[in-house]
Amino acid sequence: MAECPVCGGEVELADDTVEGELIECPECGSELEVLEVDPPRLGEAPEVEEDWGE
Amino acid sequence: MRVGFLHSLVRPEEKLLMREFGRREGVEVVMLDDRKLVFDLRKGPEVDVVLERCINHSRAMHALRLFQGIGIPCINRYEVAQRCGDKILTAAALAEHGVRQPPLRVAFTEGSALEAIEELGYPVVLKPAVGSWGRLLSKVNDREAAETVLEHKTILGSYHHSIFFIQKYVEKEGRDIRSFVVGDECIAAIYRTSAHWITNTARGAEASGCPVSAELADVSLRAARAVGGGILAVDLFETDEGLLVNEINYTMEFRNSIDTTGVDIPGKMVDYVLEATR
Repeated sequence: MAECPVCGGEVELADDTVEGELIECPECGSELEVLEVDPPRLGEAPEVEEDWGE
Repeated sequence: MRVGFLHSLVRPEEKLLMREFGRREGVEVVMLDDRKLVFDLRKGPEVDVVLERCINHSRAMHALRLFQGIGIPCINRYEVAQRCGDKILTAAALAEHGVRQPPLRVAFTEGSALEAIEELGYPVVLKPAVGSWGRLLSKVNDREAAETVLEHKTILGSYHHSIFFIQKYVEKEGRDIRSFVVGDECIAAIYRTSAHWITNTARGAEASGCPVSAELADVSLRAARAVGGGILAVDLFETDEGLLVNEINYTMEFRNSIDTTGVDIPGKMVDYVLEATR
């Protein structure tokens, strides 16, 4: 279980979660990045940059 | 086999690909986070191939060039990323290979861009040469709007936004087509439907299955070959004169297209990566 840095809610991580993964806080809907897996630590996902895309 | 997995943020597509690699015997995935990489131009990670899945075009393109420079095979290749990441280079490659696309013009000043727009006729679409997900597209319906958008882009934008890519607006009846090309096969396609003139799924367009007709497969494969081939998503417009290629994406997103098409897209991508390095 990790803490959402935006709302403080609890976020459950799947077993195959990896560093850098984007997830959504189930409580506040914020987009989060998994900064560390063990112990789990979350940060706000970075803002979209100009050259992001496909 | 050691597969270098070049990435930054890990989106659903990357998770699907990682799971697929994990199912294959004898494959070890080496995660290469572009936010942590440092290149010295002489040596690199001990991998047999690099699969590029970055979110930043500029990082992807330069990393691919540097990996290829030290002899690591890359998918897609640097040259493909360079062409697909810049709409002007894509358009040039399509034109040189006789692949049909909407009428377009490229201009470098407000004055010449306005002249080009008037010559093409309204409406037109102004697009940044580098950009994705339908961001910063401008549909310009008349001269007043053209003058306004050109002035804003010139004054408020970085120099990239004064390289004007001007495309004749294509009336597409609320949908376009995205096809998925892996190597020599057009493996699947979706319709992207929206009430808005921008039909990117990143902007809320709805995906639905699209049959891969002989024409669609032919145009998609010719478009993919024109930019150098590999794993590519081709965006197309349906017109009375046939299919026109709009854009080609080299780090394709497919999360909405697996269930929609019934095609195991990540499985086919992983097959291609592993076969390409045998």
